[in-house]
Amino acid sequence: MEATIFRREDGSRKLNPQLFALWVGMASMIMLFGAFTSAYIVKQGAGNWLQFPMPWVFFVSTAVIVVSSITLHMAYNAFKTQQWSRYKALVLTSTFLGIAFMVLQYEGWLDLYASGVDLRANVGGSFFYLITGAHAAHVLGGITVLAITCLLAFTLPLKYAESRRNKIEMVLHFWHFLGGLWIYLFVFLNVIR
Amino acid sequence: MAEVGVKTREEILIEEQGFNDHFHDHHHGDKYKSGFLNHYVFSMDHKVIARQFLITGIVWAVIGAAMSIVFRLQLGFPEESLAWLKPILGKWIVVDAEGVGKLAPEFYYALVTMHGTIIVFFVLTAGLSGTFSNLLIPLQIGARDMASPFLNMLSYWFFFLAGVVMFYSLFLSTGPFSGGWVAYPPLSALPQASSGSGTGMTLWLVSLTLFVVSVLLGGINYITTILNLRTKGMSMWRLPLPIWAFFVTAILGLLSFPVLASGFFMLIFDRSLGTSFYLSDIFIGGQALDRVGGSPILFQHLFWFLGHPEVYIIILPAMGIVSEVLSVHSRKPIFGYRAMVYSIMAIGFLSFIVWAHHMFMAGVNPFISNFFVVFTLIIAVPSAVKVFNWITTLYGGSIRLNSASLFAIGFVSMFISGGLTGIFLGNSAIDIQMHDTYFVVAHFHIVMGVAAFFGMFAGVYHWFPKMYQRYMNETLGKIHFWGTMILAYAIFWPMHYLGMAGVPRRYYSFDTFDAFKHFAEMNKFITIAAILSFVIQLLFIVNFFYSIWKGKKVTKKNPYDANTLEWTTPIEPLHGNWPGNIPAVNRWAYDYNKDEREFVPQYEPLKEGEVGDH
Repeated sequence: MEATIFRREDGSRKLNPQLFALWVGMASMIMLFGAFTSAYIVKQGAGNWLQFPMPWVFFVSTAVIVVSSITLHMAYNAFKTQQWSRYKALVLTSTFLGIAFMVLQYEGWLDLYASGVDLRANVGGSFFYLITGAHAAHVLGGITVLAITCLLAFTLPLKYAESRRNKIEMVLHFWHFLGGLWIYLFVFLNVIR
Repeated sequence: MAEVGVKTREEILIEEQGFNDHFHDHHHGDKYKSGFLNHYVFSMDHKVIARQFLITGIVWAVIGAAMSIVFRLQLGFPEESLAWLKPILGKWIVVDAEGVGKLAPEFYYALVTMHGTIIVFFVLTAGLSGTFSNLLIPLQIGARDMASPFLNMLSYWFFFLAGVVMFYSLFLSTGPFSGGWVAYPPLSALPQASSGSGTGMTLWLVSLTLFVVSVLLGGINYITTILNLRTKGMSMWRLPLPIWAFFVTAILGLLSFPVLASGFFMLIFDRSLGTSFYLSDIFIGGQALDRVGGSPILFQHLFWFLGHPEVYIIILPAMGIVSEVLSVHSRKPIFGYRAMVYSIMAIGFLSFIVWAHHMFMAGVNPFISNFFVVFTLIIAVPSAVKVFNWITTLYGGSIRLNSASLFAIGFVSMFISGGLTGIFLGNSAIDIQMHDTYFVVAHFHIVMGVAAFFGMFAGVYHWFPKMYQRYMNETLGKIHFWGTMILAYAIFWPMHYLGMAGVPRRYYSFDTFDAFKHFAEMNKFITIAAILSFVIQLLFIVNFFYSIWKGKKVTKKNPYDANTLEWTTPIEPLHGNWPGNIPAVNRWAYDYNKDEREFVPQYEPLKEGEVGDH
């Protein structure tokens, strides 16, 4: 959908409205996870709470999503400077790192389950699966747009266009958001147990 | 009216001063109107989507109101036979050997629950904010359409889908959800808790989750459009007040509905995956459940973190509409424009820190209650500022008493009456007596039910010419207003007395309570008023649909001599709203009776030496 039919007469716009809309959407996601973590704190304060260490796999997945954010940012810079082969390689790497993150999250859940923390036994465990699962659901959305970006990088003729830069910028912001959100959740789940 | 070939001053000004966004340059045919399906069904035009929201809202309003009539019959005439309703309600009317039909108690609860859910979410959220945000935001800020017409279309269709699922749930053999519109666990968390807690509750959750998606998509669009697509010269401080109201409403929705969604997800986990977020120490059917460790109060916190902002999501758009209608029809600038805006913001902010006043009696710490009491009472301040400003806007105006302005004035009356009882209920001490009584029912129905409906009616009567290029019938409109005004008070005023005497809400019957027996006549009175009020609303519906096709045609672009930009579009605006340039704005929206001119539209440049704005 061409949301940019509303371009100003002098061509200037302070902000791409689509990017702004994405930010507004991310604000609502922050509220969702804010609600989850607040409920976590309230419930934990009420007692009957199982303490368990976070499986080490989640430390690896954290590193992976951080690296993927960096590679995607480099890809964006490569697009801006029109280094096409570098751009393609970096977008592809980021997509694979994103998928690797999901695989690692899944491994983490399996580890946790194997250690005796299941979804039902205690609310502490339920919250862990709920929060990390809700994050993973959002990452799936992120991987989808990353995969599309990747596909377009390899199929569309590579040339610089402002509209295309806007779209890649949106993917980049969303992916950074997902990474930042994970770091928040990772620290939160480690500190407040 | 301009003669053919002669340009009006307005057209000349828009052509000279407005800006050309090259919208019409790339218009190879009108792709938005390529067929019936794209034009009327999957339309991306904000004006069509607004009408879709409105008509869907009206349909739901009829269903929700009809439900209230059925349970009012039970409350007002518990001895009478309801066997005549059997053809409609089927097995929910239990007819005994003597032919006396009784409403099944579980269906009474289902009706109460559905009435609340439908009116709060489908009518007063989607039908009110959805309709007027869509219609007015692009038209009043000077935009061709929403920032993303596609998301806008999705927003409507998610709402529609939510409606389909809810509608389907009404016909389940176990009935729709019946645990109250607030859906507190454990009634909502355990499928075996009541007949409606099984599939009925599952569909309720599916429906409302879809609804949350609809609100979020709509809200993202409204906020982005207002901040990014305002026409040249349309600074935030020149926005008409409805736009400010829709803006803050959208922010509230965007920040509070995800919290409701989080509560829903945990509820879905509890229902389907065996977790115990909200469940602990429960005996059901004589058996102890093995689900321990959860807290039902947790759900109440998450629910009311949405639930309270939700009532402002309902009332703020009505306030914005009323401000505009009152100013236009009293031919005076709105009094205290900036104070109005700051009060909207203050109400929006405070709405997030008062949610626990719905839970004073739910076992929350009384010291924490104090915090919520204080902030709840502070809401009276911006509310009173707004009421003062509406009244001073009317004061000394040459008021046109038409259907729109009557409903706007009625809104102010209702808002005062209902707001004052809010001060009673906001006190945690008084709430010990008042909680869960008819006093609460009376309070919220007047302040956010009737008042919001009045705001909606004011908006429909006022902007009907813009939506359908015809006028609604004024005589019928006035009968509708006076009937509704009198009957709404007749319904809800007596409920205050019931509530003060301690009559609890949500009860199926009071036969066995000696203390409440003498209220039987009053309940009868309320029921009769409710039925008459329902009939009067049918008058509105007849007027509405009759006027769409047969109403008096609009022959002037600007029938009310109003200042805002929607009246500079053609009588029937096509896609893109303005045929040529978008008008540029030089002043605020409320220059009425200024410098000996009755009205000065926003596109008029300031005269030399004229001090603009407010």
